[in-house]
Amino acid sequence: MANFFTDNQDIVFLFEHLDLARSAEAMEDSYADAQHFDYAPADAAEAVEDYRRVLEMVGEVAGDFIAPRAEDIDRTGNRIENNRCVRPVGMDECLDVLGKADLMGFTLPRKYGGLNFPSIIYTMATEIVSRGDAGLMNIFGLQGIAETINAFASDEIKDEYLPKFCEGEVTGAMVLTEPDAGSDLQAVKLKATQDEKGQWWLNGVKRFITNGCGEVLLVLARSEPDRAGGLGLSLFICNFSDGVKLRRLEDKLGIHGSPTCELQFDDVPARLIGERQRGLVTYVMALMNGARVGIAAQSLGIAQAAYQVARAYGATRRQFEVAIEKLPAVADLLAESNIDIQAARAMAYEAAYHVDLENSLLKKFEAGQLPDDKALVKQMRQESRRLKRLNAMLTPMAKYICSEMCNRVSYNAIQVLGGSGYMRDYPVERHYRDARITTIYEGTSQLQVVAAVRGVMSGTAQKSFNNFAAREYEGPLAGLAEKLAGIVPVFEEAIAYVKEQSGTEYMDLHGRQIVDAAIDIYTGYLLLNQARHSDEKLTVASRYINRIVSRVKYNCELIASGDRSSLDCFETLAGPVPTE
Amino acid sequence: MAFNSVVLAKQVPDTKNITGQAMLDDGTVNRAALPAIFNPEDLNALESALALRDRCGGTVTVMTMGPPSACEILRNSLCRGADRGILLTDRRAAASDTLATSYILSCAVRKLSDVHLVFCGRQAIDGDTAQVGPQLAEKLNFPQVTYVEEILDVSDSTLRLRRNLGDGYELVEAPTPLLITVVDTANTPRPPAARRMLKYKRARGKAELSKEATEKFGKGATADIEKYMAQRCEQLSAKGLLIEQWDLDDIEADLTWCGRSGSPTKVHRIQSVVLTGNEHKQIEPTPQAISQMVHELIEDHTIG
Repeated sequence: MANFFTDNQDIVFLFEHLDLARSAEAMEDSYADAQHFDYAPADAAEAVEDYRRVLEMVGEVAGDFIAPRAEDIDRTGNRIENNRCVRPVGMDECLDVLGKADLMGFTLPRKYGGLNFPSIIYTMATEIVSRGDAGLMNIFGLQGIAETINAFASDEIKDEYLPKFCEGEVTGAMVLTEPDAGSDLQAVKLKATQDEKGQWWLNGVKRFITNGCGEVLLVLARSEPDRAGGLGLSLFICNFSDGVKLRRLEDKLGIHGSPTCELQFDDVPARLIGERQRGLVTYVMALMNGARVGIAAQSLGIAQAAYQVARAYGATRRQFEVAIEKLPAVADLLAESNIDIQAARAMAYEAAYHVDLENSLLKKFEAGQLPDDKALVKQMRQESRRLKRLNAMLTPMAKYICSEMCNRVSYNAIQVLGGSGYMRDYPVERHYRDARITTIYEGTSQLQVVAAVRGVMSGTAQKSFNNFAAREYEGPLAGLAEKLAGIVPVFEEAIAYVKEQSGTEYMDLHGRQIVDAAIDIYTGYLLLNQARHSDEKLTVASRYINRIVSRVKYNCELIASGDRSSLDCFETLAGPVPTE
Repeated sequence: MAFNSVVLAKQVPDTKNITGQAMLDDGTVNRAALPAIFNPEDLNALESALALRDRCGGTVTVMTMGPPSACEILRNSLCRGADRGILLTDRRAAASDTLATSYILSCAVRKLSDVHLVFCGRQAIDGDTAQVGPQLAEKLNFPQVTYVEEILDVSDSTLRLRRNLGDGYELVEAPTPLLITVVDTANTPRPPAARRMLKYKRARGKAELSKEATEKFGKGATADIEKYMAQRCEQLSAKGLLIEQWDLDDIEADLTWCGRSGSPTKVHRIQSVVLTGNEHKQIEPTPQAISQMVHELIEDHTIG
């Protein structure tokens, strides 16, 4: 009887203290759905209560149903039989339960059978499911596919596919990556050709496709053969059954429940999503915010799962006649891990929260639902631009910090368990393997830094710091706020130094330190604001802020050091390329 | 063929998650200290019925006998997919033992038409008698199959079932109408479905509404209470959210067989047994070790 929502004090805390009524307002068009759907809320209070009910159910499913199947899913893995992927039994059972529980249309509109929940709640649910089984999250967390269809496809395609997603009848895949187009999707080659009747046909190979064996495939393909780069690419939808060949399942380190497929397309009929040439530049990019936050949530789930084991082990394992948690080095590992999780979670939820606000405004603009008051419309446009800039910085930050954190926390979890953690008797070795992909897929950490550093350099981060600093902090919070405010000028100096350098090379070289410093200050403010509500959080914030002040200084010194040795002395520092 | 199933469920004190003092000094259960839950094996019974409906079609009606608060398990059943929930509540049914309970339930099941299958949990965790299901089958004159773990084959009017006998299993065939009792190894109950959960959270039974109204207006305000009740019932009923409620008159029960007068069970004595043993001992499968164990058991008078 485990519940991964109610037993997680930090998620429950955030659920209670985030302004979820505002998230509900963002999702519900004046609660008009209440007239047409018997499960729609009539006001914000009811919507938030509904979120809680569903999260409690998800927590129970993850704790009681999913988690007990994770080990077997990991050991069994997927295999190919007659061009189909045969999943581990536990995986099929989990997907069946999630579908029957109406959880596969989490954010989709009610008219298709969805729950119409905001991203922030979906993020919480994704984390909870991922704590149960990280690989299952890859399929549960692929609801962005249906969201993309909902946002950009024709009504005909929407009506055909979205109810099936909501009922859990089908799962989907984002079919983007190719052997020569990984991080650089502009290099995609898979051909889309249109015959004289207007029918599109797909030909080519895709690799590393998560759940590529799913029933519905969204395929990025070159529809403009003469046009190189992103503007030659369009997005298509096709069914797996129409002649797609499942060539191979990757044999990989972790997330064994999630099939990673190589697909061959031989004259596969497909339909265009939205407009030609907007496949990568508009549609796939729009997916990114959601996908990044999704991996952030997956990372949180893995980290939490690993930490639970380490925490329990630290309390019960005795050496030198004490529980090992009493040993200073172990105590520090555990405390640091738990704070690490909380800081990363604060950032992930901050990002998800703002994604909802941005999407809500975008929806209004697209639907032309604008007030008559022109000044108000102008204000809405300004707010929309502000949120776009903020999310372009926050979502890569969230993906980056959570995935890196989850690798540290699962690494430390094994460390706490020592030799036992290295063995397969405990689940931490699985969490450690599962964690490793999170800093790689949906954009590597290095690419997240590239995405986030623009926002940091252009002043978005500083604006946020100023907004945080302008709030009132009283009592013990005031001193901590002062510490944070005191470190901001050091950070600004470092940024100014980078701006003085010509080109972007120096910025990219020190991107990691720049983004790390910005994330530290940002999360410092987030935890400080959480500390308004509880003494425990005050303890966490004090410890965190006291530590990051030193870390920000350290990073800023490096940034302003002018060190270019990794580029200037690369041959010497990296040594020769190995030869046979 | 499609089956019309009735699941009989009971709300019980959660004896597995005891908080505070579970037993009062007089030896009765302290219900305040124990949260009320869906009897676990009744959830398995519900899951079996729902799975059969998924497979063959038909309907699932959940019925519970208990106080107004038992509406909670009907709401829970509706969220999990039941088509209909009925609360059997009547003060005159209080203090019913298994005999009276099975009599009352038999009257209620007869009230429903075209029942092909009655599903019960093997036993409830508060009384642990496992008597109500079998007694009910006798009163309905239905054949019964107890300890069911799986419904194997289904034909027009016959079910093939696997019974878990503890030390093995038995395959049996039985005609409908049929009563089966389900064990906890039969399945993992499905969770409530989100959309149904958000709909049926508002479902209420009359008994609950009446409690709500009395709290709102005070005991004497009969006119206000009646008006409020009528209004709420109409609202809920229009949305399909009024939980059906029957009393002993509705099911035409003979009162002499109900409640205290219909209950021959007398509690002779309640003994609080505290289990002290908490370790196990592994015996190597060798003749010497077995002989050693037998010797020890004889010595401490466990056997012999």
